[in-house]
Amino acid sequence: MYVLVTYDVNTETREGRRRLRQIAKTCLDYGQRVQQSVFELKVDPAQWAECKAKLTGIMDTTKDSLRFYYLGANWKRRVEHCGANPSLDIDGPLIA
Amino acid sequence: MKQHLNTLFVTTEGTYLAKDGMAVAVRMEKKTRLRIPLHNLDGIVCFGRVGVSPSLMAICGESGVTISMTDAHGRFRAAIIGYSPGNVLLRRTQYRVADDPSKSCEIARIMVAAKLANCRAVLLRAARDSRVESRRSTLTTAARRLVTNLEAARACDSLERLRGIEGEGASTYFEAFSAMVNVPEDAFQFTSRSRRPPLDPLNALLSFLYALLAHDARSACEAAGLDAAVGFLHRDRPGRPGLALDLMEEFRPFLADRLALSLINRRQISASGFTTSPTGAVNMNDATRKTLLKAYQVRKQKTMLHPFLQEKTSVGIMIHLQARLLARHLRGDVDAYPAFVWR
Repeated sequence: MYVLVTYDVNTETREGRRRLRQIAKTCLDYGQRVQQSVFELKVDPAQWAECKAKLTGIMDTTKDSLRFYYLGANWKRRVEHCGANPSLDIDGPLIA
Repeated sequence: MKQHLNTLFVTTEGTYLAKDGMAVAVRMEKKTRLRIPLHNLDGIVCFGRVGVSPSLMAICGESGVTISMTDAHGRFRAAIIGYSPGNVLLRRTQYRVADDPSKSCEIARIMVAAKLANCRAVLLRAARDSRVESRRSTLTTAARRLVTNLEAARACDSLERLRGIEGEGASTYFEAFSAMVNVPEDAFQFTSRSRRPPLDPLNALLSFLYALLAHDARSACEAAGLDAAVGFLHRDRPGRPGLALDLMEEFRPFLADRLALSLINRRQISASGFTTSPTGAVNMNDATRKTLLKAYQVRKQKTMLHPFLQEKTSVGIMIHLQARLLARHLRGDVDAYPAFVWR
């Protein structure tokens, strides 16, 4: 399945900046960064459960917010990109 | 069920692959060009001079991502794989069957018959699509001759004779192969297989596709817990993945040959994409290789109905399913190995 993860992390404190870094790192382990605080994850349900548990463990529920958009299997029809930094199609041919 | 995961192909010389979190970072000229989470990958294939960091090798071994190192032409050199999965009892059974000529022959005969049937299907499909009468008759004649081989293979009880039948069938098939090429370019006409080195563009295409298929067959064997080196039709030889080659046979016509033909016939690949070295060896250039890799990946993602399991799967997973069916047969859960026969 395809999940879109976006976040707002309060970075006023040092702790907040740390959480921001950790959340970004965790998201990067599971998917790709498409914008500053927007990630696209192609995961199976088990991997998603793992990822979600990690993310919610890092966040401070009183200060930060996380949003998960479940795009399902038909995500290709639901995502359109305009402008710079187009994302990588993880299902497409990967040739470097 | 195993998921069909993607394969990363690294064709640019001098690239360095490193571990970045739980992902592969593809670095070129010290810049990260691509970053792919490992759980989205099944394997990484590196062509030519490509560096891999030790920590990436370690994590790939752990998480079951095979790294294959091949030379620039796709010929296999080395692989980095983790512990053999599966079950030692299965592997022991595999060795016992491989040691028993009559039991080996039983499996090999099904594989050869499936290969010949698939060759025949490819010829007939091309004959149906062809508009030129002379070509059509060449193809149907070859297909008719294959029926004889097919019947002989089905009744064969010696491995030696089976190899002979297979060779005979292959030469009939490849003699008619050029009749399936619909472009006027002479470069894509050939009469027989040549390898090490391939002496014309079509042979170069086929060799490269077979190398890709061998990589996939090998990982399918490993993933099913079988020993890729011990085959039934192909005899043991150091460094040769006998079982992977066995498993490949039934897929060659359907997956590799048809892909090569359609790339040529749709003019996605032309004769100008190849270079001939002074030794007569024909190589493809970078652009051609990329087109080929892309087409192969796209082909593997197509879904089709598995003829035996009656289940919809992707073409890429088909070879994994065959490896699993073979394992099931060795375990004694299926009476005979149900080879993949394309309809």
